Amino acid sequence: MLVSSRLVTRSRLLLWGGCLALALALPLIFRSSFLISLLCQMGIMVVFSLSYNMLLGQTGLLSFGHAVYYGLGAFATMHTLNALGKDGGPLVVALLPAVGACAGLAGGVVLGYVTTRKAGTTFAMITLGIGELVAACSLMFPGVFGGEGGVSGNRVIGKESFLGFNWGPQVEMYGLIVMWAFVCTVAMFALTQTPLGRMANAVRDNPERAEFVGYDTERVRLLMVILSGMFAGAAGGLTALNYEIVTAETLNAHTSGVVLLMTFVGGIGFFYGPIIGAILITVMQIVVGGMTHAWLLYFGLFFLFMVLKAPGGIASLIAVQRNLWNAGLFGRMLPHYLAMMLPVLILLAGLVGVVELSYALLAGDGVGAGDTATRVLGMQLKLGTPAPWVTALAVTGAGMILTRWIGGRAGTAWNSTLATLHGDKA
Amino acid sequence: MEFVVISLLNGITYGLLLFMLSSGLTLIFSMMGILNFAHASFYMLGAYFAYQISTWVGFWPGLLVAPLLVGAVGALVERYGLRRAHRFGHVAELLFTFGLAFVVEEVVHLVWGKVAVDYRIPVELDGTLFTLFDTSFPIYKGFMMLISVGMLVALYALLTRTRIGLIIQAALTKPDMVEALGHNVPRIFMLVFGGGTALAGLAGVIGGNAFVTEPGMAAAVGSIVFVIVVVGGLGSLGGAFVASLLIGCIQTFSVGLSISITDVFALVGIALPAGSQVARLTITQMAPVLPYLFMVAILIFRPRGLMGARES
Repeated sequence: MLVSSRLVTRSRLLLWGGCLALALALPLIFRSSFLISLLCQMGIMVVFSLSYNMLLGQTGLLSFGHAVYYGLGAFATMHTLNALGKDGGPLVVALLPAVGACAGLAGGVVLGYVTTRKAGTTFAMITLGIGELVAACSLMFPGVFGGEGGVSGNRVIGKESFLGFNWGPQVEMYGLIVMWAFVCTVAMFALTQTPLGRMANAVRDNPERAEFVGYDTERVRLLMVILSGMFAGAAGGLTALNYEIVTAETLNAHTSGVVLLMTFVGGIGFFYGPIIGAILITVMQIVVGGMTHAWLLYFGLFFLFMVLKAPGGIASLIAVQRNLWNAGLFGRMLPHYLAMMLPVLILLAGLVGVVELSYALLAGDGVGAGDTATRVLGMQLKLGTPAPWVTALAVTGAGMILTRWIGGRAGTAWNSTLATLHGDKA
Repeated sequence: MEFVVISLLNGITYGLLLFMLSSGLTLIFSMMGILNFAHASFYMLGAYFAYQISTWVGFWPGLLVAPLLVGAVGALVERYGLRRAHRFGHVAELLFTFGLAFVVEEVVHLVWGKVAVDYRIPVELDGTLFTLFDTSFPIYKGFMMLISVGMLVALYALLTRTRIGLIIQAALTKPDMVEALGHNVPRIFMLVFGGGTALAGLAGVIGGNAFVTEPGMAAAVGSIVFVIVVVGGLGSLGGAFVASLLIGCIQTFSVGLSISITDVFALVGIALPAGSQVARLTITQMAPVLPYLFMVAILIFRPRGLMGARES
């Protein structure tokens, strides 16, 4: 990876400024309240998954308990908000995610001490255990964590406003989230360029050598855990303000799992990978989740597919295409990509058909098993009859055969193109 | 006294069940260096398969068939999933099993629904084995103990007394050498993975009806099994055994103890300020947290686990 010697370059300024402007302009295009709350969720998840990638991507630490810091930040922010009562104002509220960040940081100091003694698989297991420990504790202290119902608050304090904002409307909250997300993203990017960020990469790639050069790997890991806990806490603080309710679910294993999936799908090898993952998965979660009950299954299968076929995530796929484009080889692959679209779409349609039919049959408590028509994928189908099943299975089979056939040819072209690409370099 | 003996018996029963899970996990870990995140999912599959079979032909065929089915699923997963993920390193393998756990849970939701299924103890085993100080000890718990101990003895004999066990042990430490001697190491890996998941499946068959068969059972047991493997020391079967029994006993004892933290401190002569939320907690309320606290304590004072030999 090429790194500019200067942190601030004109192209970088343009890129970051453009992203900020685009993010701020989005509500002008997407006006419905549904889309704006979707954007809010995305902004929060971008910060959360970037903070997660500080561990997984940059330090090589696979954590199964990152939601702990996120949750601590959310609860700390919510309790501060409630404690403020009438004393605060919109400016104070806007700064509250900093409280979450401090809580995440404190959590990182305490828990990081236990977890960072080891790297690798041991770290993964310990974080899992710590995550469960904190999640179990949260149910033991309903006074602090609100028990089943959670803790709720109100982000609009008093009647005055700060620069005309009081954060009441969702759009204003979105603006606040964008500002925080921007600041956090810049800070996290800057961190990758610092000596600490570089040492984290060294500790990831070759801990023995890093130790030999004179760095304490345990200390580097601890610092990274603390800092990523801080950013996760800030993301948690934003969630608390955005939803005005925090439940014990924010710090349980499910949330930790989701952030891991987002980051990985986006691509852990690139700084912008988690951003793609967070945006994509949030859209999937809310849009696909609104359409079908089976979305978690699709999500899981998609994840398995990514692990087996594209372990570098979406960002790595983009990077490869960019390399091809720069080498003038993209045109060679384009017809194959287009040719692949049809069989893949057929295969997906067939699979979705099978899953949806099964869901309709089984999850509907057997209601659809008889001769009555049930609504599946917008069609009225009789689940008791073989016709829809045979169709779905046939489409899947045809898709599989076509994908293999055309995919095989595309694969050959892909290999020869890659060979040319690397041959040119050498 | 009554409480101690009964809790001890229950704890040992539960601990043996946990060991059936953790032994498979440990074997797979020491062989392939990966932690099978989906291990508890195979436990859940075992319970559900056994339930399904028991609704068709009864409990006893299920006892035999369900673990074999689970083992077959496990072997297929190793052959067509893990082995491919292996090319991308340990993190990819771990993530693969993580995703698999996700998918298995969803498939269980899909096929058997989101609520617990009615998987029952067979009539022949429903009853009291013996009565001790007015508390009855059910036959089924004795049966669970019998199956677990039998299984463990068989496993031990297989690993130490047979030729295949010898090859497996050799492949654990020196896979390249074993391969050079002409053994098909990938197939041994597949067998071990299948065997480990079959053990988990068997634990599910006998545990599913003793506790409850529901889609959350994998997550509930999964993290405990991980705690056991960490406490016992990664890759140590003996450590996993001791840790399983310890955690099993900790959990059963803590559920039955209704004294509060204040009382515990009072026993050693420290008076806690009354009224705080922590001081009022009872040991029973703390039961879900204790295994994890135990793990943290072990990690601080003995990072390699009770009997762990290898570092990290």
